[in-house]
Amino acid sequence: MEKSIRERLLPILEANQGHKESLIPVLQKVQGELGYLPEESLSEIAHFLGLSSSEIFGVASFYAQFRFERQGEHTIKVCQGTACHVRGAKRIMEAVAQELNVEPGGTTADYKFSLEQVACFGCCALAPVLVIDGQVHGRMTTSGARKVLEDY
Amino acid sequence: MGEITLTIDGQEIEVDTGVTVLGAAQQAGIYIPTLCYHPDLTPYGACRLCLVEIENMRGLPASCATPATNGMVVRTKTPQLQEFRRGVLELMLSEHPHPCLTCWRRERCGPFDICLRSVDITQRCVTCPKNGTCELQEVVDYIGIENVELPSTLRGLPIDRENPFFERDYNLCILCGRCVRVCQEVRGVGAIAFTSRGSETLPGTAFGHALRDSDCRYCGACVDVCPTGALIERRRKYEGLPDTRVTTTCPYCGVGCQLELELKDGHIMEVLPLRDNDVNHGQACVKGRFGITEVVHHPDRLTTPLIKKNGKFEGATWDEALELIASKLSGFKKNEVVVISSAKCTNEDNYVVQKFTRTGFGHNNVDHCARL
Amino acid sequence: MTFDERRKQAISDWEALQQSDKPHILVGMATCGRAAGAAAVLATIKEELARLGIEALITEVGCIGMCYAEPLVDIIKPGRPRISYGNLTPETVKQLIEEYLVNDNPRPDLAMGTIGEGSVEGIPELAELPIMKPQVRISLRNCGHIDPADINQYIANGGYSGLIRALKMTQKEVIDEVSKSGLRGRGGAGAFTGFKWERLWEQPGDVKYLICNADEGDPGAFMDRSLLEGDPHSVLEGMLIGAYATGSSHGYIYCRAEYPLAIQRLETALKQMEEYNLIGDNILGTDLSFNLEIKEGAGAFVCGEETALMMSIEGKRGMPRPRPPFPAQSGLWGKPSNVNNVETWANVSAIFQRDAEWYAQYGTESSKGTKTFALAGKVVRTGLVEVPMGITVGDIIYEVGGGIVNNKEFRAVLTGGPSGGCLPASKLNLPVDYDSLTQAGTIMGSGGFVVADEDTCMVDMARYFLSFTQDESCGKCVPCRVGTRHMLDILERITRGEGQPSDIDLLERLATTIKSTSLCQLGGTAPNPVLTTLRYFREEYEEHIVEKRCRALACTELIKFFILPDKCQGCMICLRNCPVDAIIGDRRMVHIVDQEKCIKCGTCMDVCPDRFSAVVKVSAEEIEVPSEPIPVTASRPATKKEDAGETATND
Repeated sequence: MEKSIRERLLPILEANQGHKESLIPVLQKVQGELGYLPEESLSEIAHFLGLSSSEIFGVASFYAQFRFERQGEHTIKVCQGTACHVRGAKRIMEAVAQELNVEPGGTTADYKFSLEQVACFGCCALAPVLVIDGQVHGRMTTSGARKVLEDY
Repeated sequence: MGEITLTIDGQEIEVDTGVTVLGAAQQAGIYIPTLCYHPDLTPYGACRLCLVEIENMRGLPASCATPATNGMVVRTKTPQLQEFRRGVLELMLSEHPHPCLTCWRRERCGPFDICLRSVDITQRCVTCPKNGTCELQEVVDYIGIENVELPSTLRGLPIDRENPFFERDYNLCILCGRCVRVCQEVRGVGAIAFTSRGSETLPGTAFGHALRDSDCRYCGACVDVCPTGALIERRRKYEGLPDTRVTTTCPYCGVGCQLELELKDGHIMEVLPLRDNDVNHGQACVKGRFGITEVVHHPDRLTTPLIKKNGKFEGATWDEALELIASKLSGFKKNEVVVISSAKCTNEDNYVVQKFTRTGFGHNNVDHCARL
Repeated sequence: MTFDERRKQAISDWEALQQSDKPHILVGMATCGRAAGAAAVLATIKEELARLGIEALITEVGCIGMCYAEPLVDIIKPGRPRISYGNLTPETVKQLIEEYLVNDNPRPDLAMGTIGEGSVEGIPELAELPIMKPQVRISLRNCGHIDPADINQYIANGGYSGLIRALKMTQKEVIDEVSKSGLRGRGGAGAFTGFKWERLWEQPGDVKYLICNADEGDPGAFMDRSLLEGDPHSVLEGMLIGAYATGSSHGYIYCRAEYPLAIQRLETALKQMEEYNLIGDNILGTDLSFNLEIKEGAGAFVCGEETALMMSIEGKRGMPRPRPPFPAQSGLWGKPSNVNNVETWANVSAIFQRDAEWYAQYGTESSKGTKTFALAGKVVRTGLVEVPMGITVGDIIYEVGGGIVNNKEFRAVLTGGPSGGCLPASKLNLPVDYDSLTQAGTIMGSGGFVVADEDTCMVDMARYFLSFTQDESCGKCVPCRVGTRHMLDILERITRGEGQPSDIDLLERLATTIKSTSLCQLGGTAPNPVLTTLRYFREEYEEHIVEKRCRALACTELIKFFILPDKCQGCMICLRNCPVDAIIGDRRMVHIVDQEKCIKCGTCMDVCPDRFSAVVKVSAEEIEVPSEPIPVTASRPATKKEDAGETATND
């Protein structure tokens, strides 16, 4: 039987019981475990950390890293940093969005891919850059990006 | 006397350590416009209106957060500062309905007059429940804004009317954060928080859920600190300004919260917790804040004692009622009587009740409802 | 084992490694290397060594800075100098391993240069290459040379000798040494490090916090990542020296979550430090006790601002708070605190491993030492370069960076990221130091150096930066939250060709208000890109507003694509590739772009074969084309084969 959200989060939450200052690392671990932050997870965190759900939502919605909707199996991040911008990152994003038929920030209907734009990976020298599931692909072109997607 | 001497706008001022520049100015009666500042909350520095010039300090520090130090020389009203304040205020107004704020006819208009400038009714000051008590209005009048050149970018949000006590109209919100801070810092609840960031930021609950699904206790502290019409008690929304104000003690429990009743035509419009007292420091609970007006003016409310005559309750005076009780009590032996008091009574009243029981009946069989 | 014994051991191990009778292969495995395919290259090397039965030592090193040539592999063959190879692929590295290690052909065609003593015919000395020659590598001293996961290699190269030296001095002497070096904060604002330390040191109390700002948010800068990935101990040693000098008991490294490898390297480094008694209680047997924690950022640029960073460590929304009180008085958890940037800390350890005079010999009067720049954009040699302060903008771009890609025209260099601004060609002789850059309207920032060429529209660049700051504004103070949005709205209007002449004044007025009244430096510097582009490229704004023309042909709403009837061969490639079917025509019929339908994606221009070059992009001009497809009249250029048709079918 599948574990409930509470059961899955228990080890993370118990280790941080009452530690309000650990909110961000806790959110990161919870998102790591569940892939996103469903409503239920927030009330669990609230309970264990001694914060209100609204306060937690306030923090989580401040940081770009946190998601409140189910994510695709693969996360594609297209860098839109300055160097990438100068080297045509906008077109890479357009090509990927077109190929997958999904808006930046969205997830494909089959939950296979989530598409995100990211400010910078620090791989500016290899701009433009595309990252799939943590794998960095540098010196991208529109056709190169389409090709990379074929492997998934 | 004060330990720190500083100069504000040429005036020498003595204050205690720990007082901010704004506090010092206020002590000396020098007005510095503020919006996010509130005396009960930690300095926030978001509205940028209380910026001042301080000699030997870089930039324009926010007077609400800068501690006064010895020998400080502060200027609060240079033309440059006023110009910056005007710029900031103009930005604030570009998000807030404002055509009336900058209209010279404002004073002459009533809510139902035909607007000569064809201002949308939802954007008029005169139809805003906070008209006349709005702090934003006060600051605009002080700075003097003739027109807002920036395009108006209103938020166009629906008004939240889901709770019976107050409305939340975030179209009027200036993000001063007082509501969020009072809920977190003073009430220790955190029912609302700032959500999202940048131009999307707004006070709200987790996932935008209704307040009833949050930790909100409807104490109304957020309503009391809101400088604009964003948070407003529903009952008083279209009542206008009060005729008089009366200070009273909250009747709901023994804490003795001091309240100020705003009255109009002999009716209570709104009940506000008083700040300057040692009991409740400007705070109240849902009952005291929102539960008095309705009860006081409810047709079913008992305003005199009732005495049952021929199986029916009939109105009586207090003298009649007390007379009756006294005459009945004398028919019992002392140890046949127990006395129950009410937690709604003040401490003083309850003191009298136990004194009466102990000296009158000579025993300790006295209690009150809070223990039941 | 005492530290001294460990050090001797480390040195002898290091020497043994240098003089090993086995070939030693160093592979650049920083994130940039991996992005370029270093993992595949490393795997091939291992396979080849196994296949050929060669026993060799392999070290995964950080980035040497020549990112344009990634993946990079260095080979030290016994008796030969170290040779650096670049732009390798699994195929070329396969040849290299066999030919060099078996047949002793060092393959000069693949080599970048030799490092250290000795020379090889046909291969230049790496240090003599234009990208390396002007460099003085202080903070990057070990990057690309040592194994960042091995503390012993750091120690063998002088590591932690700076700490030992500092521990023999008084706290005040340490601070004075930093002051004497002239070191200024490398994170952007350029505050004097010694001054900041002294403010913290003079605060009473036992609990003080020391923070390393590794939230490198400037999109276009990556020196902090590279340092943490390539030489984490240099940063950590700097922090220990700082902890001793300021009397701090606890420290945090706030690293952005986008840098997973950097975090991993730091974790490894901290574990080794624990083993060596370099962290925790009574470090190296002295009274110094210092604990260090890594905090992962969660994606907010504003957290690079020190007060926002501290809010974030406390688990709150990263919204800056007003100053005063300054962090040295009341910082993290309300305690005295100090924040320095990664690169600053790495410079501190370098200063103590040598001395302040040595450090201060580099740089200019007011900006001492070196600065690392992340050279990116339209420059030939992209990468990380550490140069003495005072070098000119032009030298960085043309000498070190090798000029503009495809010999295009230089338009501007964008320094300091979204908080900085751009410098035009007339500023190529500007010496790079804190004060000159500020005077020119931009800032040093963290050292991002993004080069723009003639294809970059400066109005669009300003729009790009504003959309970034607008996105990243925390939303707390009015000028930044509302003001930047209005500025962005205006810039978007201008790039769409809907700008009005009064917009320029309005932009300038908003910029002044935002700069002077914002709560933190994110807002305080956000207008810089607009102000500098207005200062140096005002005519481009005017062209957009008055003529509705974008000279760089970058603003989509102001450009049109046309197919030249005298060049079109009617090959159908563009027609088939157009994502919105905006091209009409037929085989051997001149194609025509339906301007109503066209979304200006530029696909037609990309796919039109170079030898036809029939698609053109123009702004504020019209090109006469037939109203409907007509038969192709242009003579067909000589071809190798009917590749046009082939490509078409391949698609």
